[in-house]
Amino acid sequence: MSQGGMFYNILSLGVPFSVALLLASLGEMFNQRAGVFNLGCDGIMCMGAFLAFLPPYFLKAGALAAYGNVLGLAAAVAAGVLLGLLFALVTVTFRADQGIAGIGLQMLGWGLAGTLFRHYIGGVTGVPGMSAWAIPGLARIPFLGGVLFNHNLMVYFAFLMVPASWYLLFKTPWGLKVRAVGTAPRAADSMGINVNRVRYQALMLGGAMAGLGGAYLSLCQARMFADDLVAGRGFIAVALVYFGRWNPVGILGGALLFSFAQTLQLSIQVGGIKFPYEFAVMLPYVLVILVLSLARQARMRGPAQLGIPFNREMRY
Amino acid sequence: MNKFKLGYGAGVILLAILAAAGAGALVLTAVGASPIATYVTIFTGPLKDLFGVTEILVRAVPLILVALGIAISFRSGIINIGAEGQMLMGILAATAVALALPGLPHGLLLPLVLLAGALGGGLWAGIAGILRARLGVNEILSTVMLNYIAAQLYTFLLRGPMIDPGELETGSGTPQSMRLPHSAWLGRLVPGTRLHTGLLLALVLAVVVYFLLWRTTWGFRLRAAGAEAKAARYAGISVERSLVVAMVLSGAFAGLAGAVELTGVHHRAIENISSGYGFSGIVVALFGALHPAGIVPAAVFFGLLLVGADMTQRSAGVPANMILVLQGVIILVIVSAKMYLNNAYAQERVRRLLARLAPAKSQGGLS
Amino acid sequence: MHTAVEPITELKLAGITKRFPGILACNNIAMEIRRGEVLALVGENGAGKSTLMNILAGLYQPDAGTITVNGQPVRFHDPNDAYARGIGMVHQNFMLVPNMTVAENVALGLRKFHRFMNLDLDGARRLMIEVAARHELPVNPDAYVWQLSVGEQQRVELVKTLCFGAQLLILDEPTSALTPQETDDLIDRLKRMSAELAIIFISHKLNEVKSLSHRVAILRHGAVVFNGVTADHSSADLAALMTGREVVLPRNEGLDLGGAAILSARKLKVRGDRGHLALDGLELTLHAGEILGLAGVSGNGQRELAEALTGLRPVESGAVTFLDRDMTNRSPAAMIGAGLGYIPEDRHHEGIVPSFSVKENLVLKDFATRRFSAGCLLRLREIARNAARLKDQYDIRCSSTSAAGGSLSGGNIQKVILARELAREPKALVAVYPTRGVDMGAQEFIHSQLLARRRAGGGVLLISEELEEIMNLSDRIAVIYKGRILKVLPSLEATRERLGLLMAGVADE
Repeated sequence: MSQGGMFYNILSLGVPFSVALLLASLGEMFNQRAGVFNLGCDGIMCMGAFLAFLPPYFLKAGALAAYGNVLGLAAAVAAGVLLGLLFALVTVTFRADQGIAGIGLQMLGWGLAGTLFRHYIGGVTGVPGMSAWAIPGLARIPFLGGVLFNHNLMVYFAFLMVPASWYLLFKTPWGLKVRAVGTAPRAADSMGINVNRVRYQALMLGGAMAGLGGAYLSLCQARMFADDLVAGRGFIAVALVYFGRWNPVGILGGALLFSFAQTLQLSIQVGGIKFPYEFAVMLPYVLVILVLSLARQARMRGPAQLGIPFNREMRY
Repeated sequence: MNKFKLGYGAGVILLAILAAAGAGALVLTAVGASPIATYVTIFTGPLKDLFGVTEILVRAVPLILVALGIAISFRSGIINIGAEGQMLMGILAATAVALALPGLPHGLLLPLVLLAGALGGGLWAGIAGILRARLGVNEILSTVMLNYIAAQLYTFLLRGPMIDPGELETGSGTPQSMRLPHSAWLGRLVPGTRLHTGLLLALVLAVVVYFLLWRTTWGFRLRAAGAEAKAARYAGISVERSLVVAMVLSGAFAGLAGAVELTGVHHRAIENISSGYGFSGIVVALFGALHPAGIVPAAVFFGLLLVGADMTQRSAGVPANMILVLQGVIILVIVSAKMYLNNAYAQERVRRLLARLAPAKSQGGLS
Repeated sequence: MHTAVEPITELKLAGITKRFPGILACNNIAMEIRRGEVLALVGENGAGKSTLMNILAGLYQPDAGTITVNGQPVRFHDPNDAYARGIGMVHQNFMLVPNMTVAENVALGLRKFHRFMNLDLDGARRLMIEVAARHELPVNPDAYVWQLSVGEQQRVELVKTLCFGAQLLILDEPTSALTPQETDDLIDRLKRMSAELAIIFISHKLNEVKSLSHRVAILRHGAVVFNGVTADHSSADLAALMTGREVVLPRNEGLDLGGAAILSARKLKVRGDRGHLALDGLELTLHAGEILGLAGVSGNGQRELAEALTGLRPVESGAVTFLDRDMTNRSPAAMIGAGLGYIPEDRHHEGIVPSFSVKENLVLKDFATRRFSAGCLLRLREIARNAARLKDQYDIRCSSTSAAGGSLSGGNIQKVILARELAREPKALVAVYPTRGVDMGAQEFIHSQLLARRRAGGGVLLISEELEEIMNLSDRIAVIYKGRILKVLPSLEATRERLGLLMAGVADE
């Protein structure tokens, strides 16, 4: 396999690999911009993955088979919104410790997905998933065509979400409110903005996107479901928000970096270089720690009130 | 601790149990099992015979140890979610030492093995502690990542360098280490059961942790740094050092829990040895209000849940992941209610509510 | 935010009551104000003024009582409701989002600029400029808030509140962070604005009350003790009504006890949190047996100086000398061990550990000494005995020494901190805003303790924003401006005007 071929593989595989991370991370960005960090992202991705898998699996041979994927995606979004709502209840209304609550939500999502899967389906089964849809014309561009324009719809959707998120956060009234609420909630409150309501909305949006990220994993990437499908990607998505400086473009860069690292390691394995399988699997997690260690300056530029619950009645 | 606060706290724990039970009932119905029957099995099944009771205590031992470590870390202001990984590293270290020094007498080998376990876990946790103290890295993220890394490391070593040579020659290649020499085993407390002397160790350590946190200068420093880092700094306490010490201690307890499981129950390193104790330990710690006096009974309660859940899996086919769901719900409820526990405003409102209800009764209708 | 429809001609409060845990903040308060009037709301710290105004602005809900506007009863569930009725408040801590522009801050609060998926920033900008021109309050809509000075931010707050349609303007301690000249400037502006608006301003500075207000209401312990026409009463009368008795704060006797230099800073360069040079070549010397007052508008490096001296902030260059030893960049523990005491600015989070008991807080610095610990075991009995003794000596009001430190009132927390620091008989004491937010009784106590330390031969560096406090207590007064000491005056030569000019950066001679 020539060098050009390996490079091409790394990129063209890496782009779709980044989708789950990208979606979940963009969602988490809204959460954090509003001042809440949701470590339960991973659990929401698990539930999203499972619920997206369910309709296509059951409708495989039926009349509604064609709608399987759409129903799956809708279910994943709904689950994400509900879990985001639950998290908002716990951390915004009850003002619980966000870190520990996040771990609780993660356990809940992970355990529930596994329990329901084992009961209703069990075993290892696949679904056809979503097929690639080459963009006519653009897909024929040498090299770039294969890398960028020959993927399934979810991939295009995820990448479109980058400019869409940017616009939503920086150019709309709601985005202004989100940013105000995460940095200076007292000021926002005094101007008549319902701080808690905005945080609820951000968490629901974040949950929906995490659910979609999970759905991508089961529907498009692996085309199956298993207990360890998500494997901590939700936590990586949270770390990516720091890495990307709470900015959609930075997050895109981070997601691509991570997935390219993974596909690089895959290519190396295929290329016949002896590298213990487990060490290869470890790579993304080590990368996260490295990235967090080097991102020290970034923490100071994050939303000032990240992690701090808002209480109007607290005397100051 | 005045009576109101104690009553309030107990009320909160009760609420947590009820909420978890309710959520569990929902999930059980979803998987087609009867909630009542399942709960009855869980709570009464294990108590039917001596073996069941000792099994509860067998589960409680690692839970106590992990939870003690978590209590130290949480009270010191650093959140350790890495107990799973720290247990694994402790097991690896303990196994290595036990297999490397088979000739040593029991009185020397066993303590060394347990110490190695504690060291393994402590050092693994220390990584996250130093990253937090020096580079401000969020310790929840780093310990979670270290969990995944430790799991891979464990599998790698068990499948490769540390695999039982016997397995390779004659066996089926199951990833597990060689059996530990008998001199590295913890003694049996009740013959015919799996209950081992690790229980005594755990109870002794519970008392030690109480003394450490509330009766020594070290504990004073840790608690001050955890309660209000700014004030601790201003008082001359090195918060950075406290964070690292707390993390290392916490990891050491988790590593010790792993070593105890190794030398007391399984006697060799196998896959899935940690069985999620690392996560259950966090829930036990929260349930026990981060205090040794609460952790020991909470661990026993959870031991009951775990053994009971095993029984229902075998009898009613309820998947074991259920426990994760229950744990998640319990964490969410406790952590929500904790805020109310510490919140003077909410307590005041409850007090006023009770006051309004009580006088109305005594005055017989006068408003 | 909607703009009000009907102008406010009269606003009445009746029977307003508000409780917080353990405190009755507002006790059956009645008050009224008319258009064109300026009402001063006066009282000691903790009297309930801010709470009452927060209720009026819709931030708190009263437990009982009514508010009527033009004869109609109203209920404010949130600031939106208050603004809808034309009531707006400028808080003591400005309610601005620092990393947004001025125009964005205004657009945030005005719903008419929130079109679906599109923010009308230009509209907000135009409105701002129009309102600013009408009231002669120049602002730059495109500046980021964090770039503005305190005085400029306050102007933005005023314009913002007027843009939201406020006809009743509530100002909470508007001059606390201004120089004397900026204060005079603001008072003139407010006089002009009062013609078409109603203004309530909260203050504990009686000279401002006399100069600006038509009527004055005095609160004490949450209740209205006086309500009348300002011109009819002297400052002394008002002061007496504020405290309920004749309080004469202790003054420095003036005897020269000056001794050797004990604590000094030479060419100190220290960086602030945002990376800028908070201290830029600062020179200062504190002698034994003196109180050195440090006057200055907050934000000129006071906090960074206190932290550099006590070892809590790294010193980039320069030297800190304590008792003839170089202590630059030594740890806080080393400074404490050498005999330096520190009363920090944020008593709740820096001075005590709120969840620790009072007796634990009293040994927060000494728990590891031989007196309170044997090896590494704590001597619980000695700790309790120490706490009982200090509780009596310093008159700390708490249910028991096992009560949580955070449950005490502000003044008592300050007493705990003071007790802890003074019991160690520090050779030098750095006190930062020691009487901020503390009632007059506790103030009197704290001042006499500081003077006692001076008499015992200790040196006190008193950092405060209350000029009166500094002038009363200090032997010498240093003025800090943009990270340097502009001048050090003997207190006899310091007048309010001279200090005011120095605080604004105008070096005399």
